[in-house]
Amino acid sequence: MKKIKIKVNGKVKLIAKNTNLANLVHILRIPLKKVAIELNQEIVDKKKLKKINLKKNDKVEIVHFIGGG
Amino acid sequence: MKKDDLIISNKKYSSRLIVGTGKYKTMKECAKAIELSGAEIVTVAVRRVNILDKKKPLLMDYIDPKKITYLPNTAGCFNSKDALRTLRLAREIGGWRLVKLEVLGDKKNLFPEMIETLKSTEVLTKEGFKVMVYCNDDPLMAKRLENSGACAIMPLAAPIGSGLGILNKVNIRIIRKQTKLPLIIDAGLGQASDATIAMELGCDGVLVNTAIAKAKKPFEMALAFRNAVIAGRLSYISGRINKSLMGEPSSPEKGII
Repeated sequence: MKKIKIKVNGKVKLIAKNTNLANLVHILRIPLKKVAIELNQEIVDKKKLKKINLKKNDKVEIVHFIGGG
Repeated sequence: MKKDDLIISNKKYSSRLIVGTGKYKTMKECAKAIELSGAEIVTVAVRRVNILDKKKPLLMDYIDPKKITYLPNTAGCFNSKDALRTLRLAREIGGWRLVKLEVLGDKKNLFPEMIETLKSTEVLTKEGFKVMVYCNDDPLMAKRLENSGACAIMPLAAPIGSGLGILNKVNIRIIRKQTKLPLIIDAGLGQASDATIAMELGCDGVLVNTAIAKAKKPFEMALAFRNAVIAGRLSYISGRINKSLMGEPSSPEKGII
């Protein structure tokens, strides 16, 4: 299967072509309720992840809350 | 005694102590310290998920956001663009609208960059956020933030994490006099008595992180801050006596043998 290169939280990741954001979240085992997702600096609606296919060189950011002052 | 709640953006809180969740040794220690502090609001930071270590504990597993109000902050942001991005992401995680804006201007002293802070306050307010703003202890800037729609003014006592206590009591009192918004001392407290002083100056609350998390005994210090805030508030609303240069006996002078 053809693979493409994307960046997730600054780290290069190889994923199968035609992977959508919902697939990626599943692969990474991310608890969706506890995170927010950005694709190329645009916030993504978590309800629409299945509809967003990832392309070569896409930059995904997945953030959550951690301890802070 | 009348109920004396802290009201922020129409929501009531019985504790006037807000605590940060950073710098603890473990999440467990953090959760326990929060419980002992009695705080109902905690600040949290927005950061990347560690995609390599999936077993890393999550803050939400230790501090239930249904029981404790999460106050997402923009710690580590040095311009308006990054601060806005961070808080929009925070809102996306689960609908948080009450946020703490903190735009820093200098990596060493960590003083707030007030021009960027002011700009961000305006934008965030227009987007429907309720913005509690970390700021300098400058009455003029505090006024401008209020006019820009801030829902709470949070001047520093001293640089973040410095533990120096309140450096400019006069300015804090001036800000207290001019604003009806919640006034919360944020950053720079070192020990429980600093919190009492803040409350006695008329502040509505204090926000503490390092002084508790980095104390030799964080649990005891959490409790100390809890009591210090209560003591300071009671002292403030009780109305202190006038100061006098000379002594005044406490026992009656009549009937002395």
